[in-house]
Amino acid sequence: MSNVAIEISNLRVVRGKSEVLHGIDLQIAKGKVTGLLGPSGSGKTTLMRAIVGVQEGVAGNIAVLGKPAGSRSLDRRVAYDTQSASVFDDLTVSQNLRYAARVLGVSKTAIDDAITAVGLNGFEKHMVANLSGGQRNRVSLAVALLGKPELIVLDEPTVGLDPVLRRDLWNLFHKLADAGATLLVSSHVMDEAERCDSLILMREGRVLAQDTLPHLLKQTKTDSAEAAFLALIDAEVAA
Amino acid sequence: MSAITRTLGVSARVMTQVRNDKRTLGLMMLVPSLLIGLLSWMLDSQKMFDHVGPSLVGLFPFTVMFLLTSITTLRERRSGTLERFLTMPLRKGEFVVGYALAFGGLAIIQALITLSFAVYLCGLTITGETWQLIVVAISNALMGMSLGLLASAFANTEFQVVQLMPTFIFPQIMLGGIFVPRDNLPDVLKAISDWLPLSHAIQALNDLTNNTATADIQNEIWILWAWVLAAVLLGSMTLKKRTP
Repeated sequence: MSNVAIEISNLRVVRGKSEVLHGIDLQIAKGKVTGLLGPSGSGKTTLMRAIVGVQEGVAGNIAVLGKPAGSRSLDRRVAYDTQSASVFDDLTVSQNLRYAARVLGVSKTAIDDAITAVGLNGFEKHMVANLSGGQRNRVSLAVALLGKPELIVLDEPTVGLDPVLRRDLWNLFHKLADAGATLLVSSHVMDEAERCDSLILMREGRVLAQDTLPHLLKQTKTDSAEAAFLALIDAEVAA
Repeated sequence: MSAITRTLGVSARVMTQVRNDKRTLGLMMLVPSLLIGLLSWMLDSQKMFDHVGPSLVGLFPFTVMFLLTSITTLRERRSGTLERFLTMPLRKGEFVVGYALAFGGLAIIQALITLSFAVYLCGLTITGETWQLIVVAISNALMGMSLGLLASAFANTEFQVVQLMPTFIFPQIMLGGIFVPRDNLPDVLKAISDWLPLSHAIQALNDLTNNTATADIQNEIWILWAWVLAAVLLGSMTLKKRTP
């Protein structure tokens, strides 16, 4: 068994007339929480979309759990949660999950587990349209957790959440990783770096660095993810 | 087996969405009848009503389903739910057939309410079999649905999708024989009208309500279904898992 969940070589993505990812090489480890950090517009979402196989204009190689990205055989093994919640506003929380469960072919107990995991107990009968932004995102996250996928790709799942909830979700991500799942979680908030096992720093369609936070801090002689990120950019500009 | 489960899952989900939205459901079921009632009130002679009524009975399911489908499909494309579920084990065909079953079901109920209202309360005369009329009404609804699915591929915004109705539907109404009998149209327009699905829907309805002879609507029904099939196929081809 290989311990690499995602292997990417020379990935280029063209959107419209311009190239937005310029030759990315990455290996993402199994059973870990990998953080994908970078400013808005750095290509995080495009990279995630390429990995789950919904991005058009992709060149290069992406192997996900040993299969080409977007393969039909991955449709139960990989879950993807977009940045803006992809759920039905005109359904209740449990109606949304019941539909997803039917598509995935999972049991009703999985629905309760997913609702509990994202802390939405008591909101089952609420219409999604009436929920707050953070709650909607958690419904969407619950859909992603439903099928017990091996790889979970989450695009900015903690945006707009209060600190307690954010901590709870990061704890949940680590619990899932401990149980064997691989998580790729994006964020534009640099202080979330310390919650990840490993980091990928992106800027302007390129990977600046891939390492653990302690290594990055040591290498750049800085004391925060933000400072390390700036130091890496400065080093690149100087080079 | 699981393909059927997923298809029915889509239908059940769409039905639940409509059920959660009582106002849409109410408008959908009652407005056609109210308009037929208005028309019957407007036209004091029963002969005039018998002449125009059937076309309207065909027009409503067609228009309503076109609007519903084009808007819901656009919403699914834009909200990311379509993309997300296509990365899950849902296939395009299951999605489209699921929608067709749900909206088809709603269309049957709508058609039955409208027809009963037109026949029993407004005294619309039917010379053909009632079941034939129901078949035409359902075919019309599916026609509207499949054209709506296809049309939504040409819209990126809500503003655009609303404009699709005058683009796709109005020409068909104008050339369909309601305003000017199709035989009196200029040759070119007559030829175009012969190709449009709504012309055949209206033709079938007229045959069923006005002809003294036994109505033979088989040809019209075949043409309608050929259109439904073509539009569904083309429409599902526009549902893409990979997008820019």
